[in-house]
Amino acid sequence: MERRRFLKKSLTLLAEAGVLGGIATAAKTARAEPKGYDPSKHRYGMGIQIDKCIGCGKCVEACKEENNVPRDVAHFRTWVERYVIEQDGGVVVERVDPGSSGSHEPIPNENTVRTFFVPKLCNQCDNPPCVQVCPVGATFKTEDGVILVDADRCIGCRYCIQACPYGARYLNPLTDTADKCTFCYHRITKGLLPACVEVCPTQARIFGDIDSPASPLARFRRMNKLHVLKPSLNTEPKVQYADLDGEVR
Amino acid sequence: MHTAAHAMLFLLPQTTGYIFPNEAEMPWSLLIVVYPYLTGLVAGAFILASLVKVFNVKELQPVYRLSLLTALAFLLIAPLPLLLHLGHPERSYEIFLTPNLTSAMAMFGFVYAWYLMVVLLLEIWFTYRRELIVWSQGERTVMKVVYRVLSLFSVDTSEESAAFDRKAIKVITIVGIPSAFLLHGYVGFIFGSVKANPWWSSVLMPIVFLFSAIVSGIALVTFLYMVLTTLRRERINMACLDKMASFLFYAVILDFSLEFLDFIHRLYESEESIKILSELVMNRLFFSLGVIQVLLGMFVPLGIMVLIRVLRLDEELRKLLYFVAVILIQLGIFATRWNVVIGGQMFSKSFRGLMEYKAKIGGMDGFLMTLVLLVLPFIVLTVLIKVLPPWDRPESVAR
Amino acid sequence: MTGFFKRLPEAVVRVGIVFLLFITTVSFARWMIPASLKNGREHRTATVKRETAKAIHYAGADACTECHKEINAVKTEGYHRNLSCETCHGAAKNHAEDPDVKAVTDKVREACTRCHMYDPSRPTGFPQINPVVHNPRKQCVECHKPHSPKPPHVPQECQACHGQIARTKEVSPHVDLPCTTCHTVDVQHKVSPREVRAQIPSDRSFCAKCHSIDSPVKETQKVDIKTHGEKYLCWQCHYPHEPELHSYGTKTLP
Repeated sequence: MERRRFLKKSLTLLAEAGVLGGIATAAKTARAEPKGYDPSKHRYGMGIQIDKCIGCGKCVEACKEENNVPRDVAHFRTWVERYVIEQDGGVVVERVDPGSSGSHEPIPNENTVRTFFVPKLCNQCDNPPCVQVCPVGATFKTEDGVILVDADRCIGCRYCIQACPYGARYLNPLTDTADKCTFCYHRITKGLLPACVEVCPTQARIFGDIDSPASPLARFRRMNKLHVLKPSLNTEPKVQYADLDGEVR
Repeated sequence: MHTAAHAMLFLLPQTTGYIFPNEAEMPWSLLIVVYPYLTGLVAGAFILASLVKVFNVKELQPVYRLSLLTALAFLLIAPLPLLLHLGHPERSYEIFLTPNLTSAMAMFGFVYAWYLMVVLLLEIWFTYRRELIVWSQGERTVMKVVYRVLSLFSVDTSEESAAFDRKAIKVITIVGIPSAFLLHGYVGFIFGSVKANPWWSSVLMPIVFLFSAIVSGIALVTFLYMVLTTLRRERINMACLDKMASFLFYAVILDFSLEFLDFIHRLYESEESIKILSELVMNRLFFSLGVIQVLLGMFVPLGIMVLIRVLRLDEELRKLLYFVAVILIQLGIFATRWNVVIGGQMFSKSFRGLMEYKAKIGGMDGFLMTLVLLVLPFIVLTVLIKVLPPWDRPESVAR
Repeated sequence: MTGFFKRLPEAVVRVGIVFLLFITTVSFARWMIPASLKNGREHRTATVKRETAKAIHYAGADACTECHKEINAVKTEGYHRNLSCETCHGAAKNHAEDPDVKAVTDKVREACTRCHMYDPSRPTGFPQINPVVHNPRKQCVECHKPHSPKPPHVPQECQACHGQIARTKEVSPHVDLPCTTCHTVDVQHKVSPREVRAQIPSDRSFCAKCHSIDSPVKETQKVDIKTHGEKYLCWQCHYPHEPELHSYGTKTLP
């Protein structure tokens, strides 16, 4: 344990001297100092591989923990849906409670054609309808492409909640202001992964820089046929799905 | 936190099918139904008034001033439901500090200010200017000061000045008609421009809002005219009443045609959302749309008015039937607003489930507050009528 | 100039004054408001700053590895190599900052079944068990090391991993056939499932052994293998784990 503290101290010292600066950024950026963060060098996106999601709900739990999302069943920054597509074309969807998958009599039966989980979150649209309608400009797109809400200036009119086609926004009952996924902005600006990505046991979620030529996200975008949710609305989501079923909305 | 979470479970509305979890709470409640309803009455009442000045419909002279005052009374209250519904009403000034130019809602302040200041107040001032001077001379004490201030200390009662007033009113009305269209068309645009919501997203929305506004405004002024005249123990001017009813008749037909066109268009295009919207209409909105809005709010009043025209009924019966018709129309238009605002939030954007709406009784956005907001304009109108009587000298206005 | 004003009706002058007063007041009020309140860019910068300053709860796998090198070394060798420590151990920023604050994980079955209980919506091939029949009285950690979860002994049944296929087969006419009827499985498949694959039949004659009209096997659906869909391999149309023939028996094909 002492070793870790010593390491940390010496690392900081070295970094301050500027010796390790180059190496630190070249290696894992986890230790990069926030003041050295340059938003113009990033454009964040997420890839979701449907075929890897096991519906464990760790992401949902981690998100609520990391971002102080109300611990009830009506406020989520991310959630997981179970789709069951039946022989006769019927589609049954339900929200998976974290840890509940498999614990109750599963809906799928002999009539089931295919069934799978779909993680959902704010799509961080490049053309965000929520930003367009906010009367006071309290929600906006940052330079690195994340949609944030200014909780100190949001007047709570809920127009953005109406404008979001994905149901990704909610009115935070504690602050009476609009709230949503920030891609864990406080983490990613320090080189950490969003909490949901960090805890996903199967790498169903892949986070990174869209413009980076070599990264897990770049690989994801190269290796898969991609789709976004509700493309006809021209919101240009930065959350892209691989193996997305046509029934998913 | 935990008790709150448990309380939530009971408060959550009944749903069928799948809804996104964040959709369990309805963002816009009853108050947002009241807002377009009130604004619609403003626009409608003003357009009735402009029929007199711009289109020279002489029969409507007795209700000219009443409709202007009605428009003003309702316009003064119209922003209240919006304000009370905000999560942070105390921050509403932010709209003026950093208005987001791409937001339809941010334009509210500007459209409202333009309509209130440039159109309505100005027209009322020019209409009452000469009377205010005369009244101030006949008054003592407080009212004398009030009238002096309201007339902006104007002293000119000459015939030329009156002629100028009339000219000014005509110009203001001509500017006012598109402004009234803008005011309520804009409210329709707030809903019509939400592409995420197929029940709202429609080019026709502003126009449908406009014509339903005209319907509701004429119906309201008709109602007020009948009630107030009876209270004052005067004779109702049947020529005026018949004329209003006739405009009302055409407005309802236009409104119905537009909504029917919207309906047919959706049905024929049959887009992705058609299944859930059909379910919405057949289940959740069957009573408020099918029965109240269309049957009671349109078909029955239209039937009544056709009946009156065909059968040439006598005066008393006509009055009674008109009275019933305008109340039904008022009910129908309120249902129209309900069906748009609440109806648009009763289906999930996943297009796979329906929600239910349970109005709260108390609270800032509950049922009681809604009643208060619906009564308030009438109280304001009473004060306005006391200060600026719309009927004391009908002969001087009719000149 | 004064002549012009005199010619204007007094009403216009009075209204004009009121409007000018109003506009001046509004402009003055707006001018009085500090520029920072009206500056959207400043508001946005402040929001970004506030958002960036929020507390972190999940330390991230790198922070764990700094101290727990040995466990990490074990983990990188096993199937859980891509799992972040905090997936199972929970948010541990407090622990990372002060090792005296312990990061605990309940060693209960539910901690494992959360991911490994059979659920039909889970992707095929993801290792899943039925906790009711899979050693119900034992804790998972008694047989499996969570940091390198290898089966303690080679799985006895295929359904330990292929739960979805097993469930499908259960309701199909092939319910009584053991997997080895159609698949030859190298022993190594149970140890390195991705590297050593199970074999599948390669041609029509395999299915014909039971389903051809001249097959001696009774109680199966028979077709004339020479004319029935001769262009295709059987499993291009029929999913062998559920051959879509619910009228199992002696009926002939339509």
